Amino acid sequence: MTALMEAPVETRTSAPALLELRGLTVDYGRARAVDGVDLTVHEGEILGLAGESGCGKTTIANAVMQILRPPGRISGGSIVFRGEDLVGKSDEDMRRFRWRNVSMVFQSAMNALNPVMRVGDQFVDAMRAHERIDKKRALGQAQELLELVGIDPDRIRSYPHQLSGGMRQRVIIAIALSLNPELIVLDEPTTALDVVVQREIMQQVEALKRDFGFAVLFITHDVSLLLEFADRIAIMYAGEVVESAAAQRLGTDAQHPYTQGLLRSFPPLSGPMQRLTGIPGSPPDLRNPPSGCRFHPRCPHCAPDDNALYLRQTTERPVLREVAPGHAVACHLVEQEGA
Amino acid sequence: MSALAPLEVRGLTKHFARVHAVDDVSFELRPGTITALVGESGSGKSTVARLLARLHDPTSGSVLWEGGDVSRVRRRRDVLRYRSEVQLIFQDPFDSLNPVKTVLYHVERPLRIHKMVPPRQVEERVHELLRSVGLVPPHEIAAKYPHELSGGQRQRVALARVLAVEPKVILADEPTSMLDVSIRIGILNLMMRLKEERDIAFLFVTHDLASARYVADDLLVMYAGQIVERGPVEEVLAAPLHPYTRLLLAAVPDPARRLETSRIEERKGLAAAAVDPPDRCRFLERCPLAIDICSHVTPPLVEARPRQSARCHVTAPSPLIERTP
Repeated sequence: MTALMEAPVETRTSAPALLELRGLTVDYGRARAVDGVDLTVHEGEILGLAGESGCGKTTIANAVMQILRPPGRISGGSIVFRGEDLVGKSDEDMRRFRWRNVSMVFQSAMNALNPVMRVGDQFVDAMRAHERIDKKRALGQAQELLELVGIDPDRIRSYPHQLSGGMRQRVIIAIALSLNPELIVLDEPTTALDVVVQREIMQQVEALKRDFGFAVLFITHDVSLLLEFADRIAIMYAGEVVESAAAQRLGTDAQHPYTQGLLRSFPPLSGPMQRLTGIPGSPPDLRNPPSGCRFHPRCPHCAPDDNALYLRQTTERPVLREVAPGHAVACHLVEQEGA
Repeated sequence: MSALAPLEVRGLTKHFARVHAVDDVSFELRPGTITALVGESGSGKSTVARLLARLHDPTSGSVLWEGGDVSRVRRRRDVLRYRSEVQLIFQDPFDSLNPVKTVLYHVERPLRIHKMVPPRQVEERVHELLRSVGLVPPHEIAAKYPHELSGGQRQRVALARVLAVEPKVILADEPTSMLDVSIRIGILNLMMRLKEERDIAFLFVTHDLASARYVADDLLVMYAGQIVERGPVEEVLAAPLHPYTRLLLAAVPDPARRLETSRIEERKGLAAAAVDPPDRCRFLERCPLAIDICSHVTPPLVEARPRQSARCHVTAPSPLIERTP
């Protein structure tokens, strides 16, 4: 009985896997932007992927959609969607896969709308590119979707310039929903918007996710947003996932010094105010990443005093290990404490 | 702290055709003080910074600086002198740096133009400035081109260039919004150090209340061209008077909130309130507290608590119009 009551609360993660990255590696010429990443998005969950600019988070999204720009190419690993490996699929298969199963909303996607085309026609275009549907029905669906994202359905007759940035971004999300995808990839969808609009959009995504049951891969550099809206969070640094856990756990019990640094970068809105330090230094050049743990040059816990540990930190790459159910960390320090 | 007010803004107003972008805005920027100006996109906050930088002429109102109104000075010499003492830095430092010139070029130019030091000491002074904004080693940084720098480093170069002319006032228009969160704090800390060490007055334009609380002494909240609340930042954020300040506060991502499961209410309309504004509260459509008077009288800025003022008939009623029907 007691054993049952003490079962982990993260039952969500036991939903079947929708998208699984296994050892995904992406190269841009001599720079390895993504290096052996394992990541799973389960059905109906919001997985947040966070890290600084250049850590490889957007590259992962582009790899999943297979829209990497040359010289970017997948040089290893697999991208498994519902049990099927997408790597090496034909362009035609990928075209059908995109939108039919997965939709992507880019950063500043609001600028992706065609400026000389009415909003409604852009829905019709997107739908007709992927399925046979007559225009009248498509417009009807467009109106329903606009209403869902909190925009007056009559706006199908508007041109993009007649809408605010936040409204345009919601139109894009509505178009992304129009083909009823199983997974939506949101790449910094609210970064260009102010906080009030950002919150409205996030609340809408959350509500739509509940109604439609799609999963979300949410990419941002703003961990505070993920702590509130994501189910699970993966933190990336220099092409690797360094920590992943349920959002609530990550917020209260982050183990990786990089995650801890990210969380300490936000000034609080209430309570005592302390001088914050952020994370000194900058992310490494991926053409020539540091040896050992890639975070070691910026790590506050990496000093030559402890000889054995320092040697490992600077020469040996840490691997992701589970420190608790559903909570994995790649750090020599954590490993050592656990041992 | 200091009794001297180097920059005083009185009734500043700027109309772009029918849009009242800035309407009757008054405040002071005091030496050694950071004043945060917050509001959403389109609230007019950037226009205020641009008016103070003399990039626009105001429709009415004045900017008093060292005793005179500088809002309409035309003589080139006067404009240059004002601009050397009141400097503007922008959101995206990449846009304001020449991609084919080195850091050295960017920082030494203002030193030469304004003849800040003898020519022989220019390079030494550049290194000093780079060091003061945390760009080390300075001789290495000085030789770099903008694309070789990170976003945070570029914003530091922008600050070094601004500091070259030893300004008394720095107008920082969203200086951290393009930067990664991990880098932002460094720029905010640098602003605080500069205000303390050099007694500079900062206007910090942002939509991020948490950053505002972290660096600022005073807070101005703008909505649809008007200041709707002002006061010491701690007091305003601990007990906001205006419903718009409350909305902004509720919108900030807050990890703790998840556990409380509170959610802000969906708003009804969008802000178009600054276009030909009639005599009423501009926040009316979005306000959960609105009463009858709000739809036909513009609320004045009323000091409802010591040093804390708001434009709201409900939370900061004016004794002068409270009882009028």
